Amino acid sequence: MTVNFRMDAPQPRLLDQTGQGVIHKPLDRPEGPLKVSGRATYAAETHLPGMAHGVLVTASIARGHVEAIDDSAAHELEGYLGCWNGERFLRNPAQGMAGAAPVQPGDRVDFRGQPIAVVVAETFETARDAARRLRILYSEEDAVTDPAEAEFETKEDADAARAVAEALETAAHRIDATYTTASHAAAAMEPHASIAEWNGDQLTLRSALQMLRFNALELADAMGLERGQVRILSPYVGGGFGSKLGLGPEAVAASMAARDLGRPVRVAMTRQQVFETVLRRSETVQRLRLAADSGGRLTALAHDNRQFQLLGEGFAEPVPQASRFLYAGAARSYRQDLGRMHRTPSGSVRAPGEAVGQLAMEAAMDELADAVGLDPVELRLRNIPDAHPGTGTRFSAHGLEACLIDGAARFGWDRRAGPRARQEGDWLIGMGMAGAARPNMLVPSEARVTLAGDRATVETDMTDIGTGSYAILSQIAAEMLGLPAENVTARLGDTDLPGASGSGGSFGAGSSGSSVFLAAKDLRGQIAALMGAAEDGLTLKDGLARAGNVEKRLADLIAEPIAATAKIEKGEMAKETHQSGYGAHFCEVAVHALTGEIRVRRFEGTFAAGRILNEKTARSQCIGGIVWGIGAALTEELVHDARTGQPVTRDLASYHVPAHADVPQIGVTFLQERDDAANPIQAKGVGELGISGAGAAVLNAVANATGVRLRDYPATPDRVIAALAAAGL
Amino acid sequence: MQITLTVNGETRDMDLDPRVTLLDALRDHLRLTGSKKGCDHGQCGACTVLMDGRRVNACLVLAAMAEGAEITTVEGLGRPGSLNPLQQEFVACDGFQCGYCTPGQIMSATGMLAEARDGWPSHVSESLAGPVALTDGEIAERMSGNLCRCAAYPGIRQAISNCAGTSAEAAKEAAE
Repeated sequence: MTVNFRMDAPQPRLLDQTGQGVIHKPLDRPEGPLKVSGRATYAAETHLPGMAHGVLVTASIARGHVEAIDDSAAHELEGYLGCWNGERFLRNPAQGMAGAAPVQPGDRVDFRGQPIAVVVAETFETARDAARRLRILYSEEDAVTDPAEAEFETKEDADAARAVAEALETAAHRIDATYTTASHAAAAMEPHASIAEWNGDQLTLRSALQMLRFNALELADAMGLERGQVRILSPYVGGGFGSKLGLGPEAVAASMAARDLGRPVRVAMTRQQVFETVLRRSETVQRLRLAADSGGRLTALAHDNRQFQLLGEGFAEPVPQASRFLYAGAARSYRQDLGRMHRTPSGSVRAPGEAVGQLAMEAAMDELADAVGLDPVELRLRNIPDAHPGTGTRFSAHGLEACLIDGAARFGWDRRAGPRARQEGDWLIGMGMAGAARPNMLVPSEARVTLAGDRATVETDMTDIGTGSYAILSQIAAEMLGLPAENVTARLGDTDLPGASGSGGSFGAGSSGSSVFLAAKDLRGQIAALMGAAEDGLTLKDGLARAGNVEKRLADLIAEPIAATAKIEKGEMAKETHQSGYGAHFCEVAVHALTGEIRVRRFEGTFAAGRILNEKTARSQCIGGIVWGIGAALTEELVHDARTGQPVTRDLASYHVPAHADVPQIGVTFLQERDDAANPIQAKGVGELGISGAGAAVLNAVANATGVRLRDYPATPDRVIAALAAAGL
Repeated sequence: MQITLTVNGETRDMDLDPRVTLLDALRDHLRLTGSKKGCDHGQCGACTVLMDGRRVNACLVLAAMAEGAEITTVEGLGRPGSLNPLQQEFVACDGFQCGYCTPGQIMSATGMLAEARDGWPSHVSESLAGPVALTDGEIAERMSGNLCRCAAYPGIRQAISNCAGTSAEAAKEAAE
């Protein structure tokens, strides 16, 4: 029997009453020893008997049709097994939570870098050679590859826009500034890869994916199979950041070839193919207009954006997502202009919305602080709304104020000097800050917990993409069942197990964690029954069950394994409350006055995200997010050739993800918080909260250091030099 | 072609296509998948192994070029239950998240600690001669060939620093 639970009302804080004391503790990741010894097996790393090797071939035109593929030169190679394309081939990875195949364009080409065929051979080296020998005949059509030529679809609430315009006219202070952000790539360290293996009409796919419950549906749909005919295994995933939310083209390519060849096929993308083929974050142009009264209280806010997408793809970056509720202001408007271009389609990249939206919004707030003559922290404190400023919905646990105060004290914000007031040799030193917010969500998730003696097993198809799922799911079960964490084993990443939320949108921990909590809670009831006691009179600790004056060892009490399955879904609380994690970033930079180089010297983040399930893995998540913010602010830029649509910075030498030397030691503090509206474990997501506003804190520090405001990001040295020169510096 | 490598102390004879890289020889032919393929172009460091004691990007070395060489991969450092001190520190300091760059970070750090012990200066060293003080900045500079998109950098450097201290003390004790 499955426990079905809807989050309709606040739940008791059971995890504060259980006595094991492992929840929240900074425990090591249980899979750590496998990872540090090279024994964790990622998607491309299973060796199957008779496995053949595939290499994807990508389009060298931006738009048109593949008329013919001539592989006669490949046939000269010993070990060449063939070339596959056709109706089932995927144009691009599925968007997150699609649950159905993405566009299968047949011979049509919609962007440069689109996978159009897979070449398979006995060895990787032969397949790679064969792929280069293909002669592909295209019929080419005119394509829009230059943003200046794109046609835009506009979404705007005219009444709201008018209200903002009126408020701006009468405001004591106003900001009207336009910011640009570059296209970003997730660039997970593990390139996308799949191994397809058929057993009769059953397909097993080993792949690098984030959301298996959805991915199985996508695979079945793409291959024309029933859901029951596919199984996906992703026990270890080498980073995702959104790029592995949806089934990828290499999975279907491997599945097609494997079926025809009657042997397993592995297809791994090259790093360049990952950049060309996998969904990217769109470049954006953002216009921020803020109106404030003489005391710096916002009266109006408009956060407009222009972005790009391939025709036929529904996703749009929710650029103003956090701007909708983070600060007060009666008049609010959010215009979106979505331009259609024949470039690699856009999709979810870590913190869609906030990652670029708050880069601009928090920079605009800094500009407003200057205009009003207020400290940037004080400006934000004055603008914390009492309820969602757009809808009036009440907030659940709301930690922004506490984060701002804690972060400022920890960082030493009171030592911040005025613009261009600190200099050390050729280095200009400055401090900046920003607020952070990332909405919390609950997505249907199911898990089974089995207790055999004093050992428990958690089973769910949840993935661990580096997020800490193995750790936190074990800890939740251990806390609820009164076991040391090492007595719990989590089995994840297999679609034969109960279907989880998957890893995405920062909802994984709260959603899948709650399903484990509920299943373990059911087991507590079963244990209480075995003890002949009421559940609320039961204490479980260190493998002992106590009720009244009876104490039994679980190892003795649980003669036969007992199991429970539970599923959670969102309910009334999602309507009655607006839920979000909050934070505050503080940064010190040094800007070289002559070379334009920017060095991040210090960084402190304080976050309030409900219950922190594992203080160690949550900290790493926040550090990771902050570093993504540093990258977006300073180095990351996916450049396309406007003439051809070709991604130019399509490798890790030219797309600059931050390296060790770009990242100082980073301070992360979590405030004690419980969000009773979020879920029964009172936890909110932290995977994307760290990015929100982090880059703005860096750029606001640059403005403080130099006295010059940069609005085109990343703030690479050439842009810094140009901005300083334009200001006569 | 016939190639003989010594990998983690074991002699391995292989019959390989001359185009096979050291990385693919390890991963696909010897099934030592601890060394990771992150870019196949020497840009990310996930494939870092030690070749005759020095760190190299295994994707930039053809297996044939490693004929006769002693190769150490992450599998050769320790296994679950008997991790070496650096591996243990990576776990304790959460010097990884997804784990994909981790073997490369650990192998690179192993090579780097030896370079520092041998007095090799870096771009940020105060002096070109004399002992190297492994400050956070020194470690960051010397480890910047190993990318980590999860950005576990602070934990990675803490783990290395903890081991650098240990190995420095051990060296000092040995000298005394």
